[in-house]
Amino acid sequence: MDELLEILNDINPDVDYETNEHLVDDEILTSFELVMLVTQIRDVFDVSVPSEAIVPENFNSAQAIMRLIGRLQEDE
Amino acid sequence: MSLVSYEFLAFFAVAAVLYYIVPKRFQWILLLAVSFLFYAGGGVVYLLYPLITAVSTWFLALRIGKADSAAQAYIQEQKPDKEQKKAYQARIRKRKMRLMMAGILLNFGILAVLKYTNFLLGNLSVLFSPEDGAVRQISWVLPLGISYYTFQTMGYLIDVFRGRYKPERNLFRFMLFVTYFPQMISGPISCFDQLRKELFEEHSFDGTKITFGLWRILWGFFKKLVIADRLASAVAMITVSPDTYDGIYVLIGMLGYTLQLYADFSGCMDIVIGVSQCFGIRLPENFQRPFGAKNLSEFWRRWHMTLTGWFREYIFFPVSTSRFCKTVSRLAGKLGMKKGSKKLPVYIANLLVWLVTGIWHGASWNFILWGLANGIVMMVSQEFTGLYRSFHRRFPKTDGKAYGVFEKVRTGLLFAVLLMFQYYPFGTVFVMLGNLFMTGRPSQLFDGRLAGLGLTAADFIVLAVGLILVLLIGILQETGSVRLKLAEKPLVVRYTAIFLLFVMVLVAGCYGHGYDASQFIYNQF
Amino acid sequence: MRWKKPVCVLLLTLAGVTALAGIQRLLMPKYMGLVVEGNFTSEYYEETTPHDVLFLGNCEVYENISPIVLWREFGITSYIRGNAQQLIAQSYYLLEDTLRYETPAAVVFNVSAMQQFDQDNESYNRMTLDGMRWSASKWNAIRSTMMEDEHMIEYIFPILRFHSRFAELEPDDLTYFMGSGKVAHNGYYLRADVRPAGDLPVERRRSDYSFDPRAWEYLEKIRVLCEENGITFVLMKAPSLYPAWYDQWEVQIEEYASEHNLLYVNCLEVSDEIGIDFTTDTYDAGLHMNVYGAEKMARYFGPVLLALPGVKDRRGSVSDGIDLDSVWQEKCDFYDQMKASQEEEFAELGYIKQFYIQ
Repeated sequence: MDELLEILNDINPDVDYETNEHLVDDEILTSFELVMLVTQIRDVFDVSVPSEAIVPENFNSAQAIMRLIGRLQEDE
Repeated sequence: MSLVSYEFLAFFAVAAVLYYIVPKRFQWILLLAVSFLFYAGGGVVYLLYPLITAVSTWFLALRIGKADSAAQAYIQEQKPDKEQKKAYQARIRKRKMRLMMAGILLNFGILAVLKYTNFLLGNLSVLFSPEDGAVRQISWVLPLGISYYTFQTMGYLIDVFRGRYKPERNLFRFMLFVTYFPQMISGPISCFDQLRKELFEEHSFDGTKITFGLWRILWGFFKKLVIADRLASAVAMITVSPDTYDGIYVLIGMLGYTLQLYADFSGCMDIVIGVSQCFGIRLPENFQRPFGAKNLSEFWRRWHMTLTGWFREYIFFPVSTSRFCKTVSRLAGKLGMKKGSKKLPVYIANLLVWLVTGIWHGASWNFILWGLANGIVMMVSQEFTGLYRSFHRRFPKTDGKAYGVFEKVRTGLLFAVLLMFQYYPFGTVFVMLGNLFMTGRPSQLFDGRLAGLGLTAADFIVLAVGLILVLLIGILQETGSVRLKLAEKPLVVRYTAIFLLFVMVLVAGCYGHGYDASQFIYNQF
Repeated sequence: MRWKKPVCVLLLTLAGVTALAGIQRLLMPKYMGLVVEGNFTSEYYEETTPHDVLFLGNCEVYENISPIVLWREFGITSYIRGNAQQLIAQSYYLLEDTLRYETPAAVVFNVSAMQQFDQDNESYNRMTLDGMRWSASKWNAIRSTMMEDEHMIEYIFPILRFHSRFAELEPDDLTYFMGSGKVAHNGYYLRADVRPAGDLPVERRRSDYSFDPRAWEYLEKIRVLCEENGITFVLMKAPSLYPAWYDQWEVQIEEYASEHNLLYVNCLEVSDEIGIDFTTDTYDAGLHMNVYGAEKMARYFGPVLLALPGVKDRRGSVSDGIDLDSVWQEKCDFYDQMKASQEEEFAELGYIKQFYIQ
């Protein structure tokens, strides 16, 4: 989780990622940020997020992103 | 049949009455018949193209679906181990990929041939025999709305490939998805799993929905007939002759073009969505007050949303997460560009999306350059994001209302400046911008050129009133649906408001004798 | 309180419709200035007494014969249903329309409309048709003469056609909001100015002198309709020098007339007999007669018309309890007054202000 928060803070430090649950809906993570996030997740967690998984439900909160990473790691 | 013709209104009225008369389970069949009729109105040939697209996509998607269920059955019955399963899934994926690519190549192929052959021929002839001015052009029967329904249908094919939903088995239902007449000519580009529910559900007569639909249509007519068409000829004059209309007129042309485009396209969407609402069918929104955006990328999330959404979903994300981008980014990392390597995939995908957006808008260098210019501006502003943030931290006052307005105006102007690439040749854009700043003076408004634009004092008053109304409605909308608000008002207020809007369209609309019936700008795609 | 909402809706709808009707009225052209021709068709419906003679045709009838002189000197009651560029199909349907109100003894049709079947300017259509009362005849008149970019709905709701006048409203639009003033004298358009006929443009030779088959068809329809109603059908050609009336056309009309045993008067051929002097009797250099020419035409036509069955000297008679003399006296006064004031203005200025294009 800390690793993820670090990545997120690197992208935009002005957000409280531990509480916010509308990261995509509130346009904090727009498509640019989403892709940078996915790129870094790949480097740090060694999972590739397929483009069809880039949907708001998977990225609206840090928890959701962690769940996605967990799911993908399982599938590998 | 133009959406702002007497014929269309009559057609729509008859269709709507029949829709609520026929047994509910036949409603979608009626819509299909009516859609065919609408489309064949310009000639039965036109129906051929969407039918090819519909049938081919329907068939291929079914095959993809079959491959999926075969794979599921195999895994359930054979219980393969992990390695076997992976190998099998890869095989299936390959097969599915082939099917999808067949559909994509065929349908985008048709689109490309119909829309871009002449552009290509023109450029080739310039390359190989520049002194021979005459370019042989091929005149295709270009079906209306081909860009829209092709994109919508291909979105469906890719979704089925990705397993987002099961393919539609009924060919005729699928045909309705492709040819549903309100949206076929100029969008919005819908997603199958959303539109399916709306199209095939049984809809009972709902007075409120229909009233809301009609109000929305009226509002669309207002934007199109009162504002967009009033601006049309003056804007065309300014943008076509930069030599005559320089100085302050560059600014006027720029603003006029932008407002016309907005009023025209969003007005068209209001009519389309309103018409559809009268059938009880909700279509996705295409505009969300774009001029309230604080930066260009937000603007593009609120302008022609279904198209930008399509590009994001089916080009931007897949390309930026593709193996190619991964490799390039790693390579850049190795070469020491640590920071750049992270952004590289985004930038590659971004430029590609904007190149395609440009091409989508028209087979000309103007549109391509306009698209790329948008992409570049977006990347530059992305580079400055960090700077912006520290600027705001240093000067917290900039979070105030005034600054918010400034940001909105700045974004709108930026969009307008970029639109210059659509109507001026590439070099001229910079010349005219320079000209505006060096020689533009308000006094030029009174040098007689303004009168030459053919707009009377009454026209200017109507335009001012109309634009203020659009602005007010936009502000009202920020706190929720204007129609819901209106519906809560007393009967007299409601009636009066709608009546006044109706009279404005009726009296000040540019239609009928003395006005050229003009097409919607976004019908050309 | 259950009745409250429907009553409210009803009242609001009524108010809305009334307001729309008012706006439409305001925006419709009033035709009271330079162009008065748009009022002719509707003025017919204000008539209270019947007419023995009905003239049909274009500007060659409504400017070329004075019904007032026909009455004053011969006691003939007549009305001209003619309009600018009134097409033959429109003449037919105006005849149909007239027959809903009265059956004249004779119909005189000016044949110059034979040369052009299709309309070339939609404002002529509007001037002829907008004033017509609604009936199947109006519907058919519109359908058969509408130009390509005209729409039936724009006749049903003329605001759709004239809405853009909102930017050019004039005092006249308010003055004549409740209805235009009277401009014609039983369909006759009075002009007391004089412009002698000079050199007229040379007419081009045509390769084909045959009339449009559809024009023939409508001429036949008019003739048959007259026959069915026991009306004597007469053909005339007004003494206008321009546009030219070709010999080839003359032959065809003469043939038709003799075939159906119709009286045909070509005033061009008898203009000496009528006494027309093209230096004094035309207001636009030979295209149309002024009041002096029109009166001469009436004096020539009076005896011709009186010879027709059913056309009588009606002076001193009463129709449906209405004394014709007093009705016509009013018309004569209006005529004399307009003629006198135009004469005065013309003598003083050399032109008439209302018709003067700056």
